[in-house]
Amino acid sequence: MTVAWRGSRWIAGGLIAVIVVGVATLLRASGFDVGSAVEALVRGSLGSWYAIGSGTLVRATPLILTGLAVTVAFRAGVFNIGAEGQFLVGAAGATAVGVSAAGVPSIVLIPITLVVGAAAGAFWAWIAAALRARFHVLEVISTIMLNFIAAYLVSYLVRGPMQEPTHIYPQTASIVAAARLPRFGATTQLHAGFALAVLACLASSWAISHTAGGFRLRAVGANPHAARAAGQIDVERVTTRAFLASGALAGVAGAIEVCGVTYALYENISPGYGYTAIAVALLARLNAAAVIATGIAFGALEAGASAMQRDAGVPSVVVSVVEAAIILVLVAADRARFRPDVTPA
Amino acid sequence: MSSVATAFLEATVRTATPLAIAALGEVVVERAGILNISLEGVILTGAFGALVGATHWGVLGGYAAGVGAGVLLALVFGLFAIAFRADQIITGTAVTLLAAGLTGTLYRALYGATGAALSIPTTGPTAIPWVSSLPVIGSGFFYQPPVTYVAYAFVPAVWWWMYRTHAGLALRAIGEAPSAATAAGIRVDRVRWLAVVFGGAMGGLAGGTLVLAQAGTFVEGMSAGRGFIAIAIVVVGRWNPLGVALAALLFGAASAFQFLLQALGLALPYQLFLGLPYVLTLAALAGFAGRVRAPAALASTDGP
Repeated sequence: MTVAWRGSRWIAGGLIAVIVVGVATLLRASGFDVGSAVEALVRGSLGSWYAIGSGTLVRATPLILTGLAVTVAFRAGVFNIGAEGQFLVGAAGATAVGVSAAGVPSIVLIPITLVVGAAAGAFWAWIAAALRARFHVLEVISTIMLNFIAAYLVSYLVRGPMQEPTHIYPQTASIVAAARLPRFGATTQLHAGFALAVLACLASSWAISHTAGGFRLRAVGANPHAARAAGQIDVERVTTRAFLASGALAGVAGAIEVCGVTYALYENISPGYGYTAIAVALLARLNAAAVIATGIAFGALEAGASAMQRDAGVPSVVVSVVEAAIILVLVAADRARFRPDVTPA
Repeated sequence: MSSVATAFLEATVRTATPLAIAALGEVVVERAGILNISLEGVILTGAFGALVGATHWGVLGGYAAGVGAGVLLALVFGLFAIAFRADQIITGTAVTLLAAGLTGTLYRALYGATGAALSIPTTGPTAIPWVSSLPVIGSGFFYQPPVTYVAYAFVPAVWWWMYRTHAGLALRAIGEAPSAATAAGIRVDRVRWLAVVFGGAMGGLAGGTLVLAQAGTFVEGMSAGRGFIAIAIVVVGRWNPLGVALAALLFGAASAFQFLLQALGLALPYQLFLGLPYVLTLAALAGFAGRVRAPAALASTDGP
């Protein structure tokens, strides 16, 4: 076996730098003010307490939860690229409960709404998990297909059975007040979902490193054949459970986005959280606790990018380039870490 | 009724063309043991390249630029997947993300934030003499944009190359056992690079087809999962170029089904039709994936 050239991370970094500088140069050449764009990026993410709380941390909440979802799956060797679709059906499930449950007190309604979101996300992941377990369908393809199907499902729901009563806008009615997550004060948009996301990361981190189930997860992810042979671990069961847990986390992310931020379901409710989540998880080196920090970092990047588009006119989609660059540098630098057994049967 | 059948066939072939072209590239890549998930990004980049090329140098320049752009993105994938032996699935996902970001940014930078309706030259259908006047299938298969005929030519060509030449044998050997291929004197990485470049060129051509033979414009994210569907087509087509062509036609027919239903005036939600190809992909994978054997070294990061 030849070992890839040791300088690969420097080449990767250099290539990415060329791409990023190239895009900046091109934006400048097309008349954008790159300096004020960068200033807007910083101001919109870290420039004030309001920007940090209501911008960065609100944006970080779904990224932390979907990033955790990807982390749990990847640690078990499951390539769940479907956090996007699981997020969407989780949001749809939560909305269905939230718009119809009038008269139920918050203390009951919020947990139910979040659990329904988790169940919806887990169900969406189960489709791919079952296809993998029974038919050896590569989950990368199936989860991406399910992302598209979920997007069309949401499109159908908000124009069909779940459309708001006046039937003018392609969105649902607002969820009842009792289903909305409490906020950290009257002047901030930061909601309790952020605290839940942080708790979920800490709890998952503990469970992965300190429980028997967490050990099985790591063993299967590290080497499924060895786990089966030496540890007498039911590999299929462990991967399926990790897949379902991953889907549930992404589904909760969707539910929390509805209950804490949007209060309604509409198309494009996710600006690609499920894909950014892969960068969040990889930057955290698949460490559940570190996902909190990387989720906040990407939350800042995306909140800043929104300000950049608003104030300087620079398309926020440029952030995808940065995210892709980060993933590529990490994957080149850390080859062995992300090498689960994925060869289709 | 025959006009409906003709329209159905015509739509089937039209939808199948970019899928078949992209999948014919991917089948070569996968036979070299490389799973290029970034095919989605390659198609998108090819579409954008075709837009830029066509606005400056006409239709042929558009196709050339689309192919070139696809190759460039495939080279980025190859650098990480072949030279660095990085995980192919994560690399492919990241390169697709890169393509979405780059094309979106460049499109708005070059053509304005609104993307004012660009009018670019497209190729209309060209009739092939004699065969196009055959009943029903004539105008379905032989009254198509020229790029479709290029796709027809590639199917037997790739098959013949893969199964009847030494180079094709080397390619298949690499996909099954890279170490054994190395021992047999095959330069594994060089063949893999060539395969990835070919896959990039075909993916770019598929993207160019979307812009220059179908839409007549560029829309952000217009590849719309076709790269992933093409990868599924490779599975359904059993990693054989002839099977891939048939599978592409099957998917084309599923997509054309929506036009047929609309023509019949059935009042079903349109999202159902739009989602149908993706559901079909899942169903087809469930039906085929377990029963056919992938190249043994597919997506393995083991080197020669």
